[in-house]
Amino acid sequence: MTHVPRWQIVIAVIAVVFAVVYSAPNFLSSTESWLPGEPVRLGLDLQGGSHLLLRVDSDVVLAERLESVLDEIRTRFRAAGIGYTGIGVEQLAGGLTLTDPTQADQALELAEEADETLDIEVDGGGRLTFRLDADAEKELRISALSQSQEVIRRRIDETGTNEPTIQRQGDDRILVQLPGVDDPERIKRLLGQTAKMNFRMVDETASIPEAVAGRVPPGSELLYEDDGSEQGIPIVVRRRVGVSGDNLVGAAPVIDQNNQPVVTLRFDAAGARRFGDLTTENVGRRFAIVLDGRVISAPVIREPIPGGSGQISGNFTFETASDLALLLRAGALPAPLVILEERTVGPSLGRDSIAAGTLAGQVALLLVIIYMVAVYGLFGVAADIALAVNIALLLGILSALGATLTLPGIAGIALTIGMAVDANVLIFERIREETRRGRSPVSAIDTGYRQALRAIIDANVTTLIAALVLFQMGSGPIRGFAVTLAVGVFTTMFCSLIISRLLVLGWLSRARPKVLNV
Amino acid sequence: MMRLRLIPDDTTLQIIRWRRHAMIGSVAAIVASAVFFAAIGLNFGIDFRGGILIEVRIPEVPQVTEVRGAFDGAGLGEVAIQEFGEETDFLVRIERQPGGDEAQQVAVETARAHLAAAFGDAVEYRRVEFVGPTVSQDLLRGGAIAVLLAVVAMLLYIMFRFEMAFAWGAVAALVHDVLLTIGVFSLTGLEFNVATVAALLLIVGYSMNDTVVVYDRIRENLRKYKKTDLELVLNRSINETLSRTVNTTVTTIMALGALIVLGGPVVQDFSFAMIWGITVGTYSSIFLAAPLLLTFGVRRGTEAAGPKAEGERAA
Repeated sequence: MTHVPRWQIVIAVIAVVFAVVYSAPNFLSSTESWLPGEPVRLGLDLQGGSHLLLRVDSDVVLAERLESVLDEIRTRFRAAGIGYTGIGVEQLAGGLTLTDPTQADQALELAEEADETLDIEVDGGGRLTFRLDADAEKELRISALSQSQEVIRRRIDETGTNEPTIQRQGDDRILVQLPGVDDPERIKRLLGQTAKMNFRMVDETASIPEAVAGRVPPGSELLYEDDGSEQGIPIVVRRRVGVSGDNLVGAAPVIDQNNQPVVTLRFDAAGARRFGDLTTENVGRRFAIVLDGRVISAPVIREPIPGGSGQISGNFTFETASDLALLLRAGALPAPLVILEERTVGPSLGRDSIAAGTLAGQVALLLVIIYMVAVYGLFGVAADIALAVNIALLLGILSALGATLTLPGIAGIALTIGMAVDANVLIFERIREETRRGRSPVSAIDTGYRQALRAIIDANVTTLIAALVLFQMGSGPIRGFAVTLAVGVFTTMFCSLIISRLLVLGWLSRARPKVLNV
Repeated sequence: MMRLRLIPDDTTLQIIRWRRHAMIGSVAAIVASAVFFAAIGLNFGIDFRGGILIEVRIPEVPQVTEVRGAFDGAGLGEVAIQEFGEETDFLVRIERQPGGDEAQQVAVETARAHLAAAFGDAVEYRRVEFVGPTVSQDLLRGGAIAVLLAVVAMLLYIMFRFEMAFAWGAVAALVHDVLLTIGVFSLTGLEFNVATVAALLLIVGYSMNDTVVVYDRIRENLRKYKKTDLELVLNRSINETLSRTVNTTVTTIMALGALIVLGGPVVQDFSFAMIWGITVGTYSSIFLAAPLLLTFGVRRGTEAAGPKAEGERAA
């Protein structure tokens, strides 16, 4: 009955060796190269770093798509001689009202030809409403999300941040984790711009005061040019895009001959041709470099620029020039990003948390060890050894899994220390009872382990359920806690049922006690 | 060798007889919790309310009033300053800004600018967190769902492992524990945040764990003593497992005590919630979960003979 199968001994030995080897790097000050494992990875709250949750405002992409659909419909209606008023996009639906409602059928047909992904409604008054159908909308949103992820990755990589994590979350969110970044202001600034750039001609025929008063010539729009002030200088710019920023293949900050920071640009073949044509046709006129709806500068074209490279001068410091070049290299975001949540922890708080958490864990361990010996004597020693193996095994598994240890995770380990002995408490109490009922030591110990098993399993399953729910609901640190707790359940069961049992049975067969002093 | 025995070997407390007192006390405590919750509400942290939290270290050790003064004229609404851990460390809480998610981001920059203006470059930002309205609503809903989910999962597990009466008794006990924990957070005004919800889930787990051990023994004794009065079987089972219950509670509270004293201010509230919840959970598994089986009624005598011979010998 008290026979120990050989495989249990083998497994116990393997587990102890694994625990010692893989948890060792966590206790050694420097990484010993001959050890296979690495110390457990620390969460942002312990090593310091920044966590940003971003939302991709993909409504903007849908609105843009509808605008271009409306443009197409406009052209077709004009060609077919269909009159309309009140055309525009509002709340993700395009609309227009036919001047002659009897043309509705023809208009519907033309609109359907213009874009087949549209859901079109017509009411009796000749009002047409266009929406993208569900599939098209979903596809646009997903592609906006994945493009944004890509651009974010490129921008962050350009800043030289180590091992950033950039993950999609849900339908419209991107989680960015930046280990070691304790001042994410620059990165937040970089992510805060869509960086859509284009080159357009300035409308020099328009009157600025008229435009500011709201009378902008058709085909042009009123923008503001950067001059270092909050508002900028009003300037009227044609809507038609001469060359788009999509045609850029390179951008770099340099100091020009006047000792001013500028950004040099390189276009691809198509962009170079268009830029060459634009500058050749418009020598002596001004063109505007527009970034996110703001004019960076609007220089006069002095001579044709055929080579496919250009230069932007503006109100730059070297830092802003570098950031602009970085944004242009990394490409434009399809839609603006909104920061929903930020959690940044500086390195000093992280260090303090590790120190405090470790100390608390050690004290907890010491108290529990003393208590167990005080209550259960030699059996307590067995439980304590099992507990030590348990903690080493837990750390070893977390290290080997590449799981992240967070501050709540350290609290989880401390809590595991307190609860881990529960299984042994259950067993020893049972052995005590059985001994009191007059069983022999061998029989009492055997019954103790056997009878307590059911309660131990039930009790641990309940903790496991709590851990699973935690994992499900959790964000970063709480997930780390849930993982620690769940792994702790398994190591605890193993250590109390196998390790402590082997120790107790080993002692039993050697000491052969007549009376058990539990 | 001298042994520490918190519960003497032959303890037979008449716990079942006290069940009416326990029930009245528990109901009163639940009502009180509900009243506190309704009257005071919970002091939600930024996780659930949205807003900004900045932990700064300012080496020249200013007074709280000086730190507060730095935000004069910032237009950030309610700004609460609190010393936090070391005397150089302050926690700045700024209420959620009107406007959407973007407004929070702008306010963080404003706050930093005001701190820099007042204390120069010496300010060290130990922690900067802001949670916008979108995420805080998600977190609050997620937390509530998680606690409910955990309770339902426990109910299902007990239904699967035991019979129905046990499931209701266990769930009544753990709902009691959760409500009392919420009540004490409401009364003390301690911050209620994501970590507190994590603590609630753990309390659910622990309460269940404790209850299951007692129930397991009740089930075993019901098979052993088929003719004995249910009240006596319950009382016997509670007393037999009392030593275990107390010892496990003691070791767990030792670990949590170490955390609350040494673990640093960030885990303090979490540790407090756990200590309270575990104390309440231990009480409820002894005084509520087991006696409630009398109320819900346990089927007896329908199961196969089981370890009858053994039972008789022991009796």
